[in-house]
Amino acid sequence: MTRGKLKVFLGYAAGVGKTYQMLCEAQERRRQGQDVVIGYFEPHGRADTIAQTEGLEFVPRQVFEHRGARFEEMDTDAVIARHPQVVVVDEFAHTNVPGAERPKRWQDVQVILDAGVDVLTSLNIQHIDSLNDQVWHVTGIRVRETVPDWVLQEAAEVVMVDVTPRALIHRLERGVVYSREKAAKALENFFTESNLAALRELAMRQTAHQIEEKREEEHFISDRLPEPVRGLQSNLAEKILIWLTPDPSTGMLIRRGRRVADYLNSSCTAVFVSHDAAMSELSAEQKAEVEKQLNFCHNLRIQPELIESRDAAKAVTEYARAHGITQIFVTRHAPEVQKLVQLARDMQVTIVAERVRHAQ
Amino acid sequence: MGSEYSRPDPEALLRQIQEQEAHEARGRLKIFLGYAPRVGKSQRMFDEGRRRKKRGQDVVAGAIQSRGSEELDALIREFEVIPMVNDVVDVPAILQRAPQVCLLDELARDNPAGSRNAHRWEDVEEIRSHGINVVGALNLQHIREQQDTVEQITGKRAGSSVPQRFIESADEIVIVDVPTEDLKGAKLTLLNPVQLSELRELALLLAAQVVEHQLQLYMDSHGIMQSWGTQERILVCITGQSLARTMLESGARAAARFHGQLLAVTVKSGEMPRAAEEALAENLEYARRLGAEVHVLQGSDAMDEIIRFAREQRITQVFVGHTGQSSWKFWKQNPVDRLIQAAEGMDVRVFPPAPAIVPKVA
Repeated sequence: MTRGKLKVFLGYAAGVGKTYQMLCEAQERRRQGQDVVIGYFEPHGRADTIAQTEGLEFVPRQVFEHRGARFEEMDTDAVIARHPQVVVVDEFAHTNVPGAERPKRWQDVQVILDAGVDVLTSLNIQHIDSLNDQVWHVTGIRVRETVPDWVLQEAAEVVMVDVTPRALIHRLERGVVYSREKAAKALENFFTESNLAALRELAMRQTAHQIEEKREEEHFISDRLPEPVRGLQSNLAEKILIWLTPDPSTGMLIRRGRRVADYLNSSCTAVFVSHDAAMSELSAEQKAEVEKQLNFCHNLRIQPELIESRDAAKAVTEYARAHGITQIFVTRHAPEVQKLVQLARDMQVTIVAERVRHAQ
Repeated sequence: MGSEYSRPDPEALLRQIQEQEAHEARGRLKIFLGYAPRVGKSQRMFDEGRRRKKRGQDVVAGAIQSRGSEELDALIREFEVIPMVNDVVDVPAILQRAPQVCLLDELARDNPAGSRNAHRWEDVEEIRSHGINVVGALNLQHIREQQDTVEQITGKRAGSSVPQRFIESADEIVIVDVPTEDLKGAKLTLLNPVQLSELRELALLLAAQVVEHQLQLYMDSHGIMQSWGTQERILVCITGQSLARTMLESGARAAARFHGQLLAVTVKSGEMPRAAEEALAENLEYARRLGAEVHVLQGSDAMDEIIRFAREQRITQVFVGHTGQSSWKFWKQNPVDRLIQAAEGMDVRVFPPAPAIVPKVA
């Protein structure tokens, strides 16, 4: 069975019209005779959008009880049992209620794709994992629900749904997107014109990047690099290694390393050095932090290696040398940055600093 | 890559504010940008006109282009049309009618010799100068500064064009993004999927650049100084060492892959030995050849200058050479460490020392 195709409608904020455009496409496909159903749809009380669902079959949702409240999630099994050609799944980055079979909706979508069903879905730029720090830097908001970049890279199509920030702010003011009360709050915090402009630019660049990757992958052609740069490529294949430490800034480091590796078409691995397998030198808190990072690496498809040594900087350098690493990524808060820079003189060391927000 | 936007001096800022005030009295311009014919930009423009009418605005159509699409023609019939005269927008009639909003398709058209304005985009400027808002549509291949690249991709060059500054001066630009699959399926275009994909990417990057430009103007005029880190800006620090070439090549490649900007900087402090001077000049020349914007700074403490410059330029990645012991004097005390300490908001990539001074490592 061939895997289903994923098409992502990418926006830069709530209210740009992702869901609307996704449903337009669903209607268009239905007109062309495809079997289209809705697996999950979040109406948000928007009349125009609700009207676009007319005539489309809804697969009933699954109901969960959690702490005395009722939650509805997409019924993935029911969607697969119904086996349409195309299913509409709104809000790709959504986190399922505890008790659901999979924690994340994007994981439900993977299962549906595996069953050979095409999926149309909607996603905002701030939910893309590797952009998490940049989004925080721009908006001051730390987005918790994220989707790993590889999931997006596997999408057959990513389309950017664009409106101008001004038009979006008008929509908010008219109460189209949220209730007026919620809208006023949103306008003050998140939906400022400069925030929106920056997010929009991120979305444009991300979509452009995605298009480029897809083209290279499908047509085996390399990027149309400017003339003087083109000839330099072959001798510069990069191999990136991320040095994990218990410092909390390491999450940011992992995202940054992954992102740079993706852009440079480089491999990306990670190491953690501890005295022994039990990590006995670490406090319980630090162990938990490392555990979190290792998980995060797996989510981003980075294979972390554990090395036992009492001289971490030396161990990382030797590991890098043995594996032909060209660039070591380390957070500037790592305890032995200076030592690493001194030891790893035959390769590049990139010291990553967190992006700090200044009061405006 | 794109044009340069440097930080303005107070005079420039004042001029900018005055321009902005003049700007506000003018009608607003909103442009729908498509990456290829038939992506649906005119449809989007007329949709916008319809929504504005619904909200009570006085909207007319000043330039329409029938494409034999039933759906589009039906949409156009909803508008009061001010007919063109010999394919030229009837500017006097529009000014006399004085609507709130005027829809103008195909903004890149040239007018015949002897017309009031030589180009339709100049008609737009005239209409706006009378306080009338314009909503227009345009394709990528008609933007003059993009035409060389478009021609490399498609082998064709559009006859008429608008200058890119016209796009940048628009109050709003909307990218009409459609997957290339959709165009191919409908057999609406003669371009192949690779060509369409390249055009689509180019249009998105152009739009991103325009958005960034506008954002920068906004921040400058509001006194906000911040690296937004949306576009990667890579700074390569150069001395006379031979390793500069490797660093520049890595920088150029990273800038190309990220569609970012490449800058190169060197700091001079007084007289340099002739050989060092020549080596440096050669490296700076190479930097220019790779497309870097080259800056030569003066100062007694090189690293202080670089840190200041990097912050001012909103740099996101600094490439610096590993300072072998021998050159530490030049950098004062452990300058790379100082850079790392000071590099808030940027990555510091330390390159191996030049081969001649590689220390023996066990």
